[in-house]
Amino acid sequence: MSVNSTILSLPEEELVHPGNRACAGCGLSILYRIGLKALGRNTILVVPPSCLTVLQGLYPIAATQLPCLNVTFASTGAAATGVIGALKALGKTDITVAAWAGDGGTADIGIQSLSGACERGENFIFICYDNEAYMNTGVQRSGTTPQGVITTTTPIRGKLQPKKDVPAIMAAHNLNYVATGTAAYPLDFYDKIMKAKTITGPKYFHLQTPCPAGWGFDPRYSVKIGRLAVESGLFDLYEIEHGEFRLTGASLKLLGKKRQPVAAYFESQSRFRALTEEMIADIQKQVDEKWAGYEQKMAKKMKE
Amino acid sequence: MHIIESGNVAAASGVKLARAQVIAAYPITPQTPLTEKLSEFVDAGEMQAEYIPVESEHSALAVCIAASSTGARAFTATSANGLLYMVEQVHWAAGARLPIVMCVVNRGIGAPWTVWNDHQDSISQRDAGWIQLYACDHQQIIDTVIQAFLLAETVSIPVMVCYDGYLLSHTYMPFDVPDPDKVDEFLPAFKPAYALDPKQPANLNTVTLPDIRPDVRGNLAPGYMEIRHNLHVDLRRAIDKVAEIDARFQKIFNRGGHPFIEPYCCEDADFIAVCLGSLSYQLRDVVDELREEGLKAGVAGLRLYRPFPEQAMVELLAKAKGVVVFEKALSYGNQGALFTDIKAALYPGPARPFVKNFILGLGGREIKTADLLKTFREACTQGPASIDTPQWIGLKL
Repeated sequence: MSVNSTILSLPEEELVHPGNRACAGCGLSILYRIGLKALGRNTILVVPPSCLTVLQGLYPIAATQLPCLNVTFASTGAAATGVIGALKALGKTDITVAAWAGDGGTADIGIQSLSGACERGENFIFICYDNEAYMNTGVQRSGTTPQGVITTTTPIRGKLQPKKDVPAIMAAHNLNYVATGTAAYPLDFYDKIMKAKTITGPKYFHLQTPCPAGWGFDPRYSVKIGRLAVESGLFDLYEIEHGEFRLTGASLKLLGKKRQPVAAYFESQSRFRALTEEMIADIQKQVDEKWAGYEQKMAKKMKE
Repeated sequence: MHIIESGNVAAASGVKLARAQVIAAYPITPQTPLTEKLSEFVDAGEMQAEYIPVESEHSALAVCIAASSTGARAFTATSANGLLYMVEQVHWAAGARLPIVMCVVNRGIGAPWTVWNDHQDSISQRDAGWIQLYACDHQQIIDTVIQAFLLAETVSIPVMVCYDGYLLSHTYMPFDVPDPDKVDEFLPAFKPAYALDPKQPANLNTVTLPDIRPDVRGNLAPGYMEIRHNLHVDLRRAIDKVAEIDARFQKIFNRGGHPFIEPYCCEDADFIAVCLGSLSYQLRDVVDELREEGLKAGVAGLRLYRPFPEQAMVELLAKAKGVVVFEKALSYGNQGALFTDIKAALYPGPARPFVKNFILGLGGREIKTADLLKTFREACTQGPASIDTPQWIGLKL
C-alpha cells in the first residue's frame, strides 16, 4: 500500500448518522462508516436486501447521507450497471458508483449479475461484506459459511462444504483490482478504497465483518475476533492489483512470524462448536500450507 | 416516410425516435431482431444511447430500473420465459413508479418449450401494476412505442407494449416512420420526478413499515399500503391520459382515434367479438362474411388492457345481444382473463349481453379463419344457451 492513513488523517465528516439500526458490535457498521468516508459524498450506492438495508433505516428515515438505490436481491451488479449507464448517458462522469452487498447477495443469489457486470468491465466498486451466513434472515448457511459452522440450516453437524473463495472467482474475471478487508483493520480498508477510486473498471472488495449474533460471541469482542482471524492466518488481508497479488497490513506483517493457532479463533465463537479436534487439526494443516506458499512466494520475490 | 419492414424493426424505430437513453436486453426469440436492431443503431452512431448487453432478463430490467432511477429514459424488450424470469423486477419497476417502456413480443411459455405466439406471457403480468397496451399491426407498434414513453413519463408508471410474436414481429408490412422533429415535438426530453443525485441524497425503495410513520421533522410519511393505493389510483387516472395522449398524437401525426378499443362494425352490431392483438384484424374478415350472411357482427380489438377501460368497454358492448371473447391465454383452472374482466364490467349494467369464451392459438396453433367463422356464427345463432366455458378452438384431441 502506498498510502497509510491514520485515524487522525481520516475525514472528520461522518456520512453515516449515529443511531442507526445496526446490532451492537456489528462489524459491518465499522466498515460502512469508514468506507463511506473513503468513498466520499460524490457517490451513488446500490444495496440489495441485507443487514445493510436495515442498518440504513426504515422509511422515511435514513442513516446514510449518500444517495442510495435499494434493489432486488439478485440484481446488484446489473443495477450498478444501470446507474453507470444513465450517468454516462447524462454526461455525469465524476460520480463514484459503489455496490455494497452481503455474502448472499454476492456469492450466491447475486453472483450472476456481479459476474455479468465485471465481464462487461463496468466502472464501479463492488463491496461484499461477508458475515459468513444469511444474518439478516436469522443465520442460515451461505456459500461463504466456513466448513463446520453451525447455522440455523446446518443446526447439528455444521456446514458440510468448504467456504466459496469469492475473491478468487472475481480475480478470475481479470479485474484490475481485487482486495480483502476486515472490520478489525478499518484503515487498511480505507486506503484500499482510496486506491480503488483511482483505478478504472470493476473493483471487488471482500470484507470479513464479525457478527456477534450470528457467530456467537460477546459484542465487545468484534474487533478482537476479527484480529484473531487475521493473526491465525485464516483470513488474509491482500490485494490483487492488475493481476499482482500481495499481502497487506497485518497479514503482511505476519510473514516470517508465529501465527496464533486456529483453535484459538474457533474457541472464541459458539458457531464452531461442532468442529472436532481432527477437523481443527486438518484446518490448521491447510492454513499452514497456505502460509508456506506465501512465504515461498515472498522468498522468490526477494531473490528477484 | 413509408418503409416495408418487420414488426420488430417498427418497434426498434419507435425506440430510436423516442430517444431512449439506456437500453438493456437479453436475447429471446421472437424479440431478438428488435434488440439486434437497437444495438446496430447504437453501434452505428445513429442513436445516442447506452446499449447494455446484460447476462439475463432479470438484469435487463434491473439496468432499466437503476437507469430510470438515475434520470435516464430506459427501454427493454423480452418474450415469454424472459418476461417470467424478470417478474420480480416487473413488479419492482411499478412499485418504484419508474417510467420504463418494455416491448413484450408475445410468445407462449414453457413447459413444454414453445417459441410461437400466444398471450400467456403478458397476461400473466396483468396484476403487476404496469400499463399494458396491445398493437394490432406494424403501424400501431411504432406509434404505440412512441406514445408509451410519453404515457409512462406522464403518470410515472411503466408501460408494456405487447405485440404478437412472429405474426407481427417477423412479418413485413408497410408503415410510416414518423418525422423525428414531430416526434420531438410530441415527446419532450425526460424530466424525472426524482433521481439519484449526490447533491440531493435520498434512500430509494427503503424498507417501509405497515403503518404510516413520521420523518425526522415530524411530518407523516405514507406506509406501504398508501404507496400501493396511490399506484392503483394513478393507474385508474392513466385511462384519461391514454385518451389525451392519443388525441395529441392524432393531432400531430393524423393517426389514432381509438385509445382504448379499436372497433370494427360495432355500431349496430348484435354480436361483438373481443380480443387482443392481431387476431382482431383476422376477425374483421370473419365479420365481413357474417355481415354478408345477414348476421350483424362486429369485432373490438382491445388496445388498453391494464388499466382496464371498463366504461368504454361497457358503452361498446351494452347494446349487443352477445359478446364472444377470443383469447390466446387462460387463467388455468378458471377462464380467460379478458373474459372474466368483461363479464365483471357488464355485471352492474341493466342490459347484460350473453358472454362466451373461446381459447385458441396457444403455443402458435394455427388460427384458421374458417374455424373463427364457424365458431363466431354458432356462438351468435345459438344465443345465450349455456355452454361449458371456456370452449377451445382448433383442439385436436
